[in-house]
Amino acid sequence: MGILNKLDNSVEQFESGNIIITSMDKLLNWSRLSSMWQMFFGLACCAIEMMATSASHYDLDRFGIIPRPSPRHVDIILISGTVTLKMATRIKRLYDEMPAPKYILSMGSCANCGGPYWEHGYHVLKGIDRIIPVDVYVPGCPPRPEALLEGLIKLQERIRNQSLAKHIA
Amino acid sequence: MEINEIYNKLKSVFGEGIGELKTDLPVRPFFFADASKIDAVALFLRDEESMQFDNLSCLSGVDYDKDNLAVVYHLCSYALGHQLVVKCLVPKSDPKIKSVSDVWAAAEWHEREAFDLVGMIFEGNPDLRRILLPEDWEGHPLRKDYKVPEFYNGMKIPY
Repeated sequence: MGILNKLDNSVEQFESGNIIITSMDKLLNWSRLSSMWQMFFGLACCAIEMMATSASHYDLDRFGIIPRPSPRHVDIILISGTVTLKMATRIKRLYDEMPAPKYILSMGSCANCGGPYWEHGYHVLKGIDRIIPVDVYVPGCPPRPEALLEGLIKLQERIRNQSLAKHIA
Repeated sequence: MEINEIYNKLKSVFGEGIGELKTDLPVRPFFFADASKIDAVALFLRDEESMQFDNLSCLSGVDYDKDNLAVVYHLCSYALGHQLVVKCLVPKSDPKIKSVSDVWAAAEWHEREAFDLVGMIFEGNPDLRRILLPEDWEGHPLRKDYKVPEFYNGMKIPY
């Protein structure tokens, strides 16, 4: 299911058997991008859109994205909202507790650059990329579910192009 | 009771401790009370038969003017349906005021917030810690003269 479609024509399948041959990179990348388990938290109004995206209408489950309550289980964090300095301390710690490979999707203006708090927000971190590396930025205030889905598909593309041999920035 | 009746009654009990009633501003009528008497005033407002201010709607901290902070008490009475605003000035040089958390339990967290952001000390509050900012934060950000620090725990704060 899926692997033959998703791994393009470099996958070889024997005519009669249930054996396929592919590269390690493709297999790993396929398995990683198909089950991006998500850290179970939301930070501000972006979290409402994230919840809407998780709910039945947009259905994040179909990408294999399931919220998990422990950093030990998860592969991605959706930074869904305003990151206060108090929360940034916690996020950094949660990020450090995640097993590699780990990915960050920064959702909305606040997480990208501080958003409306850029000038007078003494308590707001002006962009989550100041403390942890971000893979995909989704602009919007807050982004609609469609925008978040596009961000996640971009992240899947990014994972699909990874390689064990060479690091892709 | 009307605001004038409430005010006159308080004035007759506490005398000099109650300042002038201001009704000509585009806000709810208010008066200043002596900060050193606020615990007695609060208890009177809650327990007096004709007052019965059983609910503290809000307690706010304000950077009031050059020399003073202020604590603003918004009160209302479910029993009698009237409202009241009392303010207390607290000098910046020695920002201490008595807590009213033993009169209205709701005051406890409100006082922690005022302490956290504006920095007055509520004497008698059983748990006067920061409530919003991290515990190792320095300064009180809603003071007019507050300067945003460059860094907090290695994280750059300005844009």
